[in-house]
Amino acid sequence: MPRVVVDVMLKPEILDPQGQAVANALPRLGVSDVASVRIGRRIEIEFTGEPDLDRAREIADKLLANPVIEDFTVRVVEADETAGAHS
Amino acid sequence: MTARVGVVTFPGSLDDGDAARAVRIAGAEPVRLWHGDPDLHGVDAVVLPGGFSYGDYLRCGAIARFAPVMETIVDAARGGLPVLGICNGFQILCEAHLLPGALTRNQHLHFRNRDQILRIEATGTAWTNTFQPGQEVLIPVKNGEGCYVADAATLDRLEAEGRVVARYVGGNPNGSQRDIAAITNEAGNVVGIMPHPEHAVEALTGPSLDGLGFFTSVLKHLVGAPA
Repeated sequence: MPRVVVDVMLKPEILDPQGQAVANALPRLGVSDVASVRIGRRIEIEFTGEPDLDRAREIADKLLANPVIEDFTVRVVEADETAGAHS
Repeated sequence: MTARVGVVTFPGSLDDGDAARAVRIAGAEPVRLWHGDPDLHGVDAVVLPGGFSYGDYLRCGAIARFAPVMETIVDAARGGLPVLGICNGFQILCEAHLLPGALTRNQHLHFRNRDQILRIEATGTAWTNTFQPGQEVLIPVKNGEGCYVADAATLDRLEAEGRVVARYVGGNPNGSQRDIAAITNEAGNVVGIMPHPEHAVEALTGPSLDGLGFFTSVLKHLVGAPA
């Protein structure tokens, strides 16, 4: 069954201290060519029927993201691209 | 007649007991409200206490906003019911759009727990009318996600309308924009505050008695409010 994937990211102007902490840890891995890291959240939604992007957008706007500080995108992906897919 | 002040318990609330105790010490009757019960049981005001409602899942306060009791509180607050959100309660008020902006992860990523000086700047609200403008108070702060953010236009409007209720003095514990510790809505009946006035209501357990003023303010407000 296809799912709707919602990606939630902090708006560019909002400081992401988690991302900064990860970026600051990278030199200890020997990685020195990363300019910045920003951390977001990926949510997969499976509808009982066909994937409904408008409905997903409504869910994202009202609950999954806080539009004051976050942006989101929604897209439909096939089942084998989602985290719950059987390999 | 003794004022009745509701204190909501969500799954994961932490400071509901202290908030109810502060209400009692201030001279009102605390009424415990349950997140799953939309009935406010005739209370005259409501406190949303600190803690970690719904485990802070998704975002702090994001799920509590949809609790049955919150639907009633949002409607009642729009009608003038005094509502004080402390810490997690402040986060819930922002998520419920009763207050603008949002609370985000402390900029230094550390949970901050200390006694904090605040300057009370708005004394016309239902919860701060017993303070003097500019009065400094000492109240515990304890949060991991207390960094207040809003866009510049919102911050400018809050400042212009005198809706910044309190600011951090002597060091900003979480990176909040413009040192904001507490704000109010346009009507002044809804206040969100990150530090914990309910932990500063008696000498045995608090650094001061300064927090009591928030609870005595609402009693003064209710006496003056039309029935």
